[in-house]
Amino acid sequence: MDAIRFANPPRHEGAEALRAEVRAFLSDRLKDRTPLERSESWNGFDRDFSRALGARGWLGMTWPKRYGGQERSAFERYVVVEETLAAGAPVAAHWIAERQSGPSILKFGTEAQRQAILPRIAAGEIGFCIGMSEPDSGSDLAATRTRAERTGDGWRITGTKLWTTYGHKADWMILFCRTSGTPADRQAGTSQLLIDLHATPGVTIRPVIDLAGQHHFNEVHFEDALVPADALLGKEGNGWNQVMSELAFERSGPERFLSSIQLIVELVRILSRRDSDLARAAIGRLTAHLLVLRRLSRGVAAMLEAGDNPSIHAAIVKDLGAVFEQSVPEIARTLIDAEPDMAADDAYPAVLANIMMNAPSWSLRGGTREILRGIIARGLGLR
Amino acid sequence: MSDGVGEGAMLVETAGRLLAGLEAAEWSNGWSALSDMGLPLALVPEKQGGFGIATADALALVRLSGFHALPLPLAEAMVANRLLAEAGLDLADGPATFLTQAVERAPWGRDAHALALALPGGWIARIERPQVEREGTDMAGMPRDLLRFSPDGAPTGTRDGHASLLWGAAIRTLQVAGALERVLALTIAHVSERQQFGRPLAKFQAVQHELARMGSEVAAASAAGDMAAEAIAGDTDPTLAIAAARVRVGEAVGIVTSVALQLHGAIGFTREHMLHRFTTALWSWRDDYGGHGYWSQTLGRAALAAGGDGFWAFATEAA
Repeated sequence: MDAIRFANPPRHEGAEALRAEVRAFLSDRLKDRTPLERSESWNGFDRDFSRALGARGWLGMTWPKRYGGQERSAFERYVVVEETLAAGAPVAAHWIAERQSGPSILKFGTEAQRQAILPRIAAGEIGFCIGMSEPDSGSDLAATRTRAERTGDGWRITGTKLWTTYGHKADWMILFCRTSGTPADRQAGTSQLLIDLHATPGVTIRPVIDLAGQHHFNEVHFEDALVPADALLGKEGNGWNQVMSELAFERSGPERFLSSIQLIVELVRILSRRDSDLARAAIGRLTAHLLVLRRLSRGVAAMLEAGDNPSIHAAIVKDLGAVFEQSVPEIARTLIDAEPDMAADDAYPAVLANIMMNAPSWSLRGGTREILRGIIARGLGLR
Repeated sequence: MSDGVGEGAMLVETAGRLLAGLEAAEWSNGWSALSDMGLPLALVPEKQGGFGIATADALALVRLSGFHALPLPLAEAMVANRLLAEAGLDLADGPATFLTQAVERAPWGRDAHALALALPGGWIARIERPQVEREGTDMAGMPRDLLRFSPDGAPTGTRDGHASLLWGAAIRTLQVAGALERVLALTIAHVSERQQFGRPLAKFQAVQHELARMGSEVAAASAAGDMAAEAIAGDTDPTLAIAAARVRVGEAVGIVTSVALQLHGAIGFTREHMLHRFTTALWSWRDDYGGHGYWSQTLGRAALAAGGDGFWAFATEAA
């Protein structure tokens, strides 16, 4: 039953003091941001905003000071992350880099790689994208066909990555690819490479427009793209273990249940003026789910801080979180009659439309519902 | 007994073994075993006649009483004695129960030597050996009795009457969390042993995914139990945290019991199989001491009062 028991999140005085500071900063900085813009959640891109967070020491907070970090606790970082998400801040310019690429480089990178990249992530200057999925390998990551062959002084890469969020604005990619053997070898023979997207010839990035008509996804082609030998991240052949570790950073944070928070906010705004038993019960129920999810997610932060490996717990948070986030527009439409319309002048129909059109991706990205449930079942002792 | 962590853990372990042995206990033997260990006083502060057991450890026992669907009024007696002690009244000399304004029928009323009764205005009255007007049971067959008594002349003490409802909701939340863990364990064992089409049910992906959904719900309910326990043991008003926990576990009960019964197949739907003792208790406990409507509206009223701009701050402070 250890798989379903979460640590109790401790009360952290430093984190609560920081919360007030972050809130004051965001309230001033985001005062002109519309509800529709806020509802972009972690898709809102603003390099200046990321630099401003970096200048305050709020990116890479847990990293060693020699790499631009602040050596603060996971709970303090958690506060910054949840406050920026809840406020609908545009975090995309640093999001992937700060959440998973940076921690991966810290864990697996060489001293030179850490020195070159981590301080710039912590300053909010550079962004990363994730080079995992491919046209024929989504959930089945081990089926990767992108190959890197050793040349005299580096690697030559051929292949295609897909669903690359913000690939068109990222400065770097961590590429997961095959460095030996064939796809039949599965996890063996895979590695990760650090790709400088500005300095690598042979890389082409094309947009993939999503259901909402928005451009977040990309297709990234590598055609005999050449990178130096020191682009290798971690050990050659250890790519699978590194990718699994990277995904664990990705699965338990507050972003896993706050994607539709702006719709809840707009719902509360309207219903607080139209109080009824039905409204109170519905908002009470959503709030109950939110409070328990937040507790679970902070519990994972506590387990990470204690040096545990809560990968099953993280999968539970992500699965429960996605079900919750996706339920919000369905519940909203039972409470308020409004035609969802992204172009509406009123906040509510615009936010509803944006949330409704983006919600399907929440149980796909970062591990599909089906993959997560497989992980949880295995954690419960099945298979 | 001191509050030392080691001793607390040891007490919970020893008492846990006792509760496991009492799963289908005979009344008289069972109660005296609990009483001999002093468990009915586990929530009473030391200076008021308790043994100085940490509240968190006492609440861990309440959760275990749910895990074993204990057919004895341990949790009720623990709370009744706590309420009596805090009101400055005599502790019960045997099984005890408590009633709030929101509850009509007293759990285990027929067996109670003393009833802690919350009166309007925040008073607690101590009713000695209340008479039974009409016997009844909850869905698990545990007594729920309409009592006849007059609080006139009964000793009363001051205490926040609202506290009895919060205690009732908190113990039921913990019992639900415990029983849900048991239902999960029973279901994992069943799908691992039961063979169909030449392999264990656990090998079917459809079964794995349903079990995963169930596991996640139990995890949420377990965390909600922790949240309620922390709140009721803490120094600040626990109402909103308990409301949230209550609403969340109630919903988990619906999902978990339906998946458990589905995965057990017809055998789970019999009196012969032990699963029913947990599912029926869960269906009753989740709506005891204020149902979904009461608690969801309590939480919703506070959230709506915070308004759109204040909602997030409210959420970070409520629990």
